[in-house]
Amino acid sequence: MTIYGVGLLAACCIVGQLLGEALGQLLGIEANVGGVGFAMILLMLSTNWLDVRKQLPAETSQGISFWSQMYIPVIIAMAATQNVSAAIKGGLLALLAGLIPTALAFAMIPLLAYFFTHQQPKQQEGGKAI
Amino acid sequence: MELLLKFLSKNGLLLAFAGTAFIILFSQFFAKNILKNKIPATALAVIIGLILAYIGGYITGGKNGIADIPAFAGFNLMGGSMLRDFTIVATAMGVNYSIMRQAGWVGFCALFVGITTTFIAGAIMAYLWGYTDVVSMTTIGAGACTYIVGPVTGAALGASSDVISLSIAAGVIKAIGVAIGTPFLAKYIGLDNPRTAMIFGGMIGTNTGVMAGLAATDPKLIPYGALTATFYTGLGCLLCPSVFYLILQHL
Repeated sequence: MTIYGVGLLAACCIVGQLLGEALGQLLGIEANVGGVGFAMILLMLSTNWLDVRKQLPAETSQGISFWSQMYIPVIIAMAATQNVSAAIKGGLLALLAGLIPTALAFAMIPLLAYFFTHQQPKQQEGGKAI
Repeated sequence: MELLLKFLSKNGLLLAFAGTAFIILFSQFFAKNILKNKIPATALAVIIGLILAYIGGYITGGKNGIADIPAFAGFNLMGGSMLRDFTIVATAMGVNYSIMRQAGWVGFCALFVGITTTFIAGAIMAYLWGYTDVVSMTTIGAGACTYIVGPVTGAALGASSDVISLSIAAGVIKAIGVAIGTPFLAKYIGLDNPRTAMIFGGMIGTNTGVMAGLAATDPKLIPYGALTATFYTGLGCLLCPSVFYLILQHL
């Protein structure tokens, strides 16, 4: 049933986010550390576990894939709720402090990618095949 | 009119669904027929969203963009962190687990390199602008990471409120810049495979920007970037007010 997929997704989200909150508390900071990441790993492991045991019928996975297709619309709605006017009012320093470090980080991405692929030439081929 | 407004705000989420569908329909049409596919339709839709957010903020003076107009309050629920995280976790279904495991440590290194680089560059910008005290430099450097790390760091160190709002503005500008810029810069930085997407998520880290940017570049890469980006804000909140602040203090 579709609701099983939605329920599994929701459960993974809740457990993952709780783990992220707990990790944040443990480190003594007011932020969720990796909650979404933990939830994604939980979902991958649990769907894989069910799939191997033939317990993941198409209807159940539809309950999950529907929400993954809603991702882009949600992002657009999120863009529409950003505090854009405050960003514009922040002035030139906010603009420079927002963009220059980011441009630097962008420029370093190919360097890091190059560095790591040359560290592990074999694995890189596997990565490219996908 | 009043009846209509009341009805719309009661059905806010539905209006947000229909409104977003209309934005996407319009951007698909506009991108294909007028821009001849030079700009990805999703990128255009994100830009339209940001323009609507600016209009909303301009009219109401609030913080939540278009959602501050009562009839459009549903956008807050649809674009809020609950549904955002729910849908992003759902994308993990199609992920190649072995690639994720292989590239995991690369993404982890990218997180540290990304936060450190961004923080240092942001702090230098603040210094050059005349904010020479360590607390302000740390807060603005943290704001250059994400708009959450900035105020968290500023609050922890007792920065002044104008420096804190400056750090939020810098973080929001970063998110907007990444959301708009990524699809155009993707081919120059080799952002076309899961491994680079994981490095990208770790280096850039601002959830909003990374997710919107990857959505417009290649939706298949979303889960890989999101997996590393989700650690960025937390790690930033951990490093900026502690290690980075202490290092800056000794320089």
